[in-house]
This record gives sequence, structure tokens and C-alpha cells, in this order.
Amino acid sequence: MQYEAVIGLETHCQLKTKSKMFCGCANEFGAVPNTNVCPVCLGMPGVLPVPNERALQLTALTGYLLNCEVPGFAKFDRKNYFYPDVSKDYQITQYDFPSTTTGHVDFEFGDGIERVRVTRAHIEEDVGKNNHFAQHSGVDFNRAGVPLLEIVSEPDLRSADMAYEYLNALKDILIYGGISDCDMEKGMVRCDVNISVRPKGEEKLGVKVEIKNMNTFSGVRRAINYEVPRQIETLESGGTLVQETRRWDDVAGITESMRTKEHAHDYRYFPEPDIMPLKPDETWLAEVFSHIVELPLARKQRFVSDYGIPAQDADVFVGNVPLGDFFEQAVEGAKNAKAIANWVINNLQACLIETGTTVDELKFEPAAIRELVAIIDAGTISSKGGQEVFAALFENGGSPAAIVEARGLAQVSDSGELDKWCQDAIDSNPDPADDYRNGKENAINFLKGQVMKASRGKANPQVVGETLAKLLKG
Amino acid sequence: MANNDFDIHYVANLARIALSPEQEARLAAQLGDILGYVKKLEELDVTGVEPMAHAVPLANVLRTDEVQPSIPQEAALANAPKQANGLFVVPKIVE
Repeated sequence: MQYEAVIGLETHCQLKTKSKMFCGCANEFGAVPNTNVCPVCLGMPGVLPVPNERALQLTALTGYLLNCEVPGFAKFDRKNYFYPDVSKDYQITQYDFPSTTTGHVDFEFGDGIERVRVTRAHIEEDVGKNNHFAQHSGVDFNRAGVPLLEIVSEPDLRSADMAYEYLNALKDILIYGGISDCDMEKGMVRCDVNISVRPKGEEKLGVKVEIKNMNTFSGVRRAINYEVPRQIETLESGGTLVQETRRWDDVAGITESMRTKEHAHDYRYFPEPDIMPLKPDETWLAEVFSHIVELPLARKQRFVSDYGIPAQDADVFVGNVPLGDFFEQAVEGAKNAKAIANWVINNLQACLIETGTTVDELKFEPAAIRELVAIIDAGTISSKGGQEVFAALFENGGSPAAIVEARGLAQVSDSGELDKWCQDAIDSNPDPADDYRNGKENAINFLKGQVMKASRGKANPQVVGETLAKLLKG
Repeated sequence: MANNDFDIHYVANLARIALSPEQEARLAAQLGDILGYVKKLEELDVTGVEPMAHAVPLANVLRTDEVQPSIPQEAALANAPKQANGLFVVPKIVE
């Protein structure tokens, strides 16, 4: 029997705010343990949590970027459970009225574009960090209360690779929108993976297994690649699957059972009485809406279709936004977008990396690259001369025309001088000239070389070739 | 009017409270009475009444994203039964 995997992801990411979700403690990674804490995020009795408006704006903005609805009413709820990283024995989250609902993410996968539906993206507080030692655990509450966005996908993913690409696309969107830095090393993105299998063609979902707290995308891919065959083998050998939570052991490369449904958590959600409901009005939402950015995929498609550059080049401009913006200014009104893209990617980007500088620090305007390409295309300078002009531009700024003038880089293309060099070359090299006349076309290259030498490289090679041919045949 | 539409043992377990059989019986009766009392509300016709999230008619009580001073580590850990290296030390619980 053929089986298919059905995968859904719950992705948590920390929002890019200065302070925590419900108190003014710093949202900062790597501080001395338990120094970014106060009675609110330590869960002391009698405190009053107050939502961070910036975090709510970022939540709504995420909603718009993920094509979600952003309803005019949302509220907070308490999710009750006992665990040392939640000092007040509940986490403040959103249950039945989340801040955003029903959206989707489009992303490149294989040869096409895939769409994964987003059930909801809601805002909650992160919990403390448990450090496990031999006998005990040590808890640091610096992370407790950091605004955490949970993005829940529908079970639309069908493979480990597809899940991997979805996560990368989601991460790119969040970084583009300024929602989160998504620094995996700092644990800013974590996800829970829901996996089941079913016979191909079957509508009904199979028994679901949840793998919790994955903190790398490659780990997610490996875990799915382990878990899907495990489930299929269990079913094929006549076994049954139980709904359970499994842990991914990254070193061993396996999943192992944590708890089964009998001990499933009963979170007893109820409305958070300390926090008033949210009723974002039109003005507030319009302000958030004005911060919408072009998504990575849309940007790529636009660069390919508007400028006719290869997808590979467009990828560079999606990955490096300042460079792409520079290209867009350089290409304005230009004929040869591909050549401009080449200069920006091959020369400019290389120089920026080499010198450790940024686009903002450049000494020349984007239009200079457009001008440079134009004078190369017009034959005014050789491409080798172009390299020299670019180097001078990068070093000192200025305009390509002025640099060409100052350095005497202009190619000689007009008759007069050029005709004379060509005639001299023919006269002093009768053998190759005869060879050419007798049909040995390659012989012209020798003469061309002589002319280039006489001109000290300034002659336009194309015009030299044409002139020689004309004189020889004449 | 009592309401016994719940499992006292399960509820106690969720709240991490260990009850003797006698306590379970007594508390089940009391909790049942409370729920039965609240059940009276079901007698009201609430057709067309919007559910409220809160009894106070306020919304959007928010704060601006500004960092305020935190408390010193010693103060944060003052009530910790056990501490080490600036961390709250708890029994090892790995789910």
C-alpha cells in the first residue's frame, strides 16, 4: 500500500521588541541569569501584566504578511500547567479569539509554488529556560515573558523537504517584515511538528504524533524523515499507532515516546481576568498596514519579470535587500539590465565583502553603474577598461565619464588614426595579409594584435577587425 | 442543587492536590453545590446578548514598548528554596 505523510507545524518565534510582553524588563538574549526579571515575569502574586503595544502591532503585521484576517476583537487566556519554567503555573496566551486567523504562505518548492494554509498566528509569552544538570534543573526567567508569536499551519505539508522549505520561507518573511530576527542560535525560533500517515487517497487523518521543541530546521527535516517511515513500518507490520508526544534525539537521530494520550495535558483554558480585551480599530490597523513590506517571493518574481534577469540573480537581490535596492536604482531607464545585474553582483558585491563596507557607505550613485554599462555597450571603453573605471569609482567615487577622460581610457573607434594603424599593420606584415586574402580567415587575428599593440590597447577591437577586413578586401 | 458532572479525583490531580477518600467525598459535594448554584444562570434567556470577555467595559489597555528597570538578581532569588549560580534550583524534571 502507498502511504502519504500529513504534516502540520506550530512555529514559535520571538518578536523583535525592546521590552517583554507584559512588563518593562528587557527582551535581551545572553544576559546574566535572572537579571532581566521583575515581579510580573517572575509570576509573583498581586502583579498586573499589561500588553506591549509594539508586540501587538508586530502580531497584526505578521497577520497581514501571512494573508490572515486580523479581527476587530481578540483576547488573552490562561493556559494552566505545572512545569518549573512557568512560575505562575499558567502561560498567558490566546485561545478562542486569537489576534490573527486563516491565512496562507506561498513558497517555492521543487519546480513550482506551494501554498500552506495558516490556521492562526497568536501572541503569547515565552517561558523561562530550564538548564538540566545531573541531579537538578536550574531555571533562568530572563526569557519568561518575551513576546512569542505562535504560527499554526494546517496539515498541508507532505514531506520533510517541503516542511523545511516552508520554515525557511516563513523565516524570510518574518525577517523581511522586521517581526523577528529569527536567530536560531539564540533560540528565537522553535517548532512543534505534528505528523501522521495515511493510505494515499484516503481523506481521514491517521493517528497524530507530536514532536515538541525542535530548534533547528534541519532537525525538523531529519525528525520527519525518521518518523514517517517509522509510522508506515508500524502499520505495515500490523501494529497500531497511539497518539503521543515524542522527543527528537538529535545525536541518536531517532524519536522516542514522551507521553501518551492517557496523560495528555488538560490545560483548562479560561479568560485572563487581568487583561482587557483587544479591539483594534481602523486607524490602529491602518497604521500597522502601512508597514507592510514586499514579500521575498513577490520580490523575486518582480525582479525576474520586470528586469528580465535570471532567477539566480534575483535570488541574490532577495537575500541582500540593500544590494537589490541599489540595483533597482541603477537599472532605472537602462537598456541592459542583465549587464547591470552582473556588475552589481560580481563586482560591487565582491568589493563590499572584501572591504567590509555596506551599500550605504558607497562613494558613488547607482546611476554611475548604469553609465558605466552604457559606455561599455557603446564601445567607448573596453570591458577591461570598465574594470579599471569601476575600481576607481569604488575607491574614490566620481562619474565614469570623468574617470575615462582623466585616465585616457577611451577606445579609438573613428577612422583617421585607426585607418593608419591598420594600413601600417598590413604593409609591414605582407605574409599574414596574403594568407587572409587567400581565404585563411584566422590570419586577421595576427594583424589585429599588431594594431592593438600600436594603439597601446586603446583601439576598439571590433572596429579594428572591421577596418582590417575592409582594407584587405579593398 | 448539586451538580456531579465532574470527576473530583481528576480535578484534584490537575491541581496537584492529594486528597483522602473522605476529603474527596466532602469536597465533591461542596464543589457540586457551587456548580449547581452557578447553573442557575442557565435559566436566563441570553438570546442576542454578546458574550463578554471582561466585566469591566474597557479595551486596549496597553503599554508602550519601553524598557523599565528590572529587579536585582538577589531580590529575584530571595524566595527561592534553593539557588545556585543565579538560577532557581528545582528537582530535575525532564518530560
